[in-house]
Amino acid sequence: MTIERTEEISLNMGPQHPSMHGVFRMIVHLEGEVVTKIEPKIGYLHRGLEKIAESRTYAQFIPYTDRLDYLASPHNNLAYVQTVEKLLGIQVPERAEYLRVIFAELARIASHQVMIGSLALDMAGWTAWGYCFRDRERILDLYEMTAGGRLTVNYMRIGGVSHEPPPEFWPALNSFLDDLPAMIEEYYGIFYGNEIAQARMKGIGILTKEMAENYSVTGCALRASGVQYDVRKAAPYGIYDRFDFDIPVLYGCDTYDRALIRLLEMRESLKILRQAVRDIPEGPVMAKVPKLIKPPAGEVYHRVENPKGELGFYIVSDGSNKPARVRIRPGAFVNMQVFPPISVGLKIQDVIAIFASFDAVLGEVDK
Amino acid sequence: MDALNQLPLSIAAAIRGLFGDPHSIWADLAMDIIAFILVLLIIVAAALILILLERKVAGWTSQRPGPNRLGPRGWFQTIADALKLMGKEDVTPAQADKWVFKIAPMFILGLPVMTLGVIPYGKGLVPVDLDLGIFYFLGISAVSTVAFLMAGWGSNSKYALLGGMRAVAQMISYEIPLIFALLGVVMITQTFRLSAIVDAQKTLPFIVVQPLAFLIYFIAGIAEVNRAPFDLVEADQEIVAGPFTEYTGLRWGLFFLGEYGNMFAVSAIAVTMFLGGWQGPLLPGWMWFFLKTGILIFVMMWVRWTFPRMRIDHLMHFAWKVLLPLALLNIVLTGLGIYIYQLLVPGIGG
Repeated sequence: MTIERTEEISLNMGPQHPSMHGVFRMIVHLEGEVVTKIEPKIGYLHRGLEKIAESRTYAQFIPYTDRLDYLASPHNNLAYVQTVEKLLGIQVPERAEYLRVIFAELARIASHQVMIGSLALDMAGWTAWGYCFRDRERILDLYEMTAGGRLTVNYMRIGGVSHEPPPEFWPALNSFLDDLPAMIEEYYGIFYGNEIAQARMKGIGILTKEMAENYSVTGCALRASGVQYDVRKAAPYGIYDRFDFDIPVLYGCDTYDRALIRLLEMRESLKILRQAVRDIPEGPVMAKVPKLIKPPAGEVYHRVENPKGELGFYIVSDGSNKPARVRIRPGAFVNMQVFPPISVGLKIQDVIAIFASFDAVLGEVDK
Repeated sequence: MDALNQLPLSIAAAIRGLFGDPHSIWADLAMDIIAFILVLLIIVAAALILILLERKVAGWTSQRPGPNRLGPRGWFQTIADALKLMGKEDVTPAQADKWVFKIAPMFILGLPVMTLGVIPYGKGLVPVDLDLGIFYFLGISAVSTVAFLMAGWGSNSKYALLGGMRAVAQMISYEIPLIFALLGVVMITQTFRLSAIVDAQKTLPFIVVQPLAFLIYFIAGIAEVNRAPFDLVEADQEIVAGPFTEYTGLRWGLFFLGEYGNMFAVSAIAVTMFLGGWQGPLLPGWMWFFLKTGILIFVMMWVRWTFPRMRIDHLMHFAWKVLLPLALLNIVLTGLGIYIYQLLVPGIGG
């Protein structure tokens, strides 16, 4: 006599697993192929960046911010240096402001390319991944010829940017911008337009507007749930109020729209970049900043629209040359909370795609 | 040209000639052994070439060079990889079901060898010309499900188990449209013998009269050999490598060999059943056979590197609700066609 019974299996995915982005780990409880419960485990990349900041001078902490969201490092630089500048009350030269916008938007495009590529790769769309990384290479080349770094660019400084781009930067940037619309078409053709990809993404992983707001989801995931909110428009920082661009918003609330909104955002970034290249004035790229940065005692919070969501820095100064406390509000970390509740009840393959659609970078999640 | 066409047969006759009586039992035995070795060689050569070709095709589709370091244009890459695999440690997990675990890769490699033994490679060039050739092929391909389940179950790993279960669900489902698709050809030719089916396509290949069946067969065939977009069995983004997760070294290499051998076998059957087999103008027959098979394999690779993977429920839905009704429709249409043909041309057909 055999005893028949069924049992849930708990499947460990990560920190070393082909589909996990970085070192994310989740324990998936499965009833056959259907997910009944997800336990996310984070912290494998925790380096204690907030604590490190307390033992570094203000300028010394800039390279550490590169390691937050390492797919869009100029954005992290931007968020941090603007926070310190707010504390100091420094006026940044015009040309530096434009260069910051150019680098930040390039980083947004590069980050979205990685997101589209890795989402495609999580569904075994290898060629789409190849296209995205092929094109991202050109942005990395632009970083490299200006700042030297390719991934961790470390381009921004308190009071400006580190280098004037070399003369060959501008033609390379312009040719990239000329090719970008064709690239976007190509991504759509190879991945978004595919019947199988659409069947796997449409209507899957519904994040309702109410839920997104309640979990304080930001970034593309929020905009794909029908909320037109972007820090660049809601609380413009730097010179973003000078550019003419739209905030794309989609109402599907599903994996497909979270992926599609990235393509639309790349178009908007292209608009901003075109205007920035057209309007950029001549002049210095660095303000007069004292050698020893000692902000007055006080506290400041500043936020920017990172490709992954809203990135905020909160700095408390006690008047010395080191921050007394730094707190980072990473977009991806906050967005990740919503991932387990919307994934339960779906197939394991859907969960992989949903996770990729939130575009979490573990450097930012774990800090 | 005819000499080149007859070349394999002339060689066979020469070898038979070495024995005193060319039709003695020893001569037959020697021919069988040679045929067996040749089939094995075909599989190994196919795997060596196809693995490299696959990586090259992957490179071409995503606009990168592919392997290009070792040898001229990287053509020795697979050989180096095979040598590397041979040098790896053969690990059997402590908790594995050792017998099942160790036998599964050999099982998987054995099946394409058995399939390739009945395929007509050229005029008179059939290792074993079975009366029930197609039936035999279908039987073998049904058994291959067991091999995947053995690997998945024997590994005693959750990823492998999920992969093995997916293999069973997927391969059994796709077997049915595959069989029904082949039935149309059998209805026309009234034979299961593969060489007779090739002969029946002398004037026009059956893809012309059975286009739907060819499509169904090809799609179900891709699913049978677990290739993208139906590669759920070894979906590395979800279950690492499915049944192969725990395998290392040469055993893992055998799975690869088996996979490419299966791919070759499914394409070879498609060529034999629908594309006229070895028949073709100008070139010798066996060259035509390998050319046609190669083209089908290229299409499989092209599909793999273009399409994302399907979801398991879409996969089953597609097999049972799309392919199976279409295959049944094809049988009905074929039957009607044969009936009308017999009315119009009296005295033809059985």
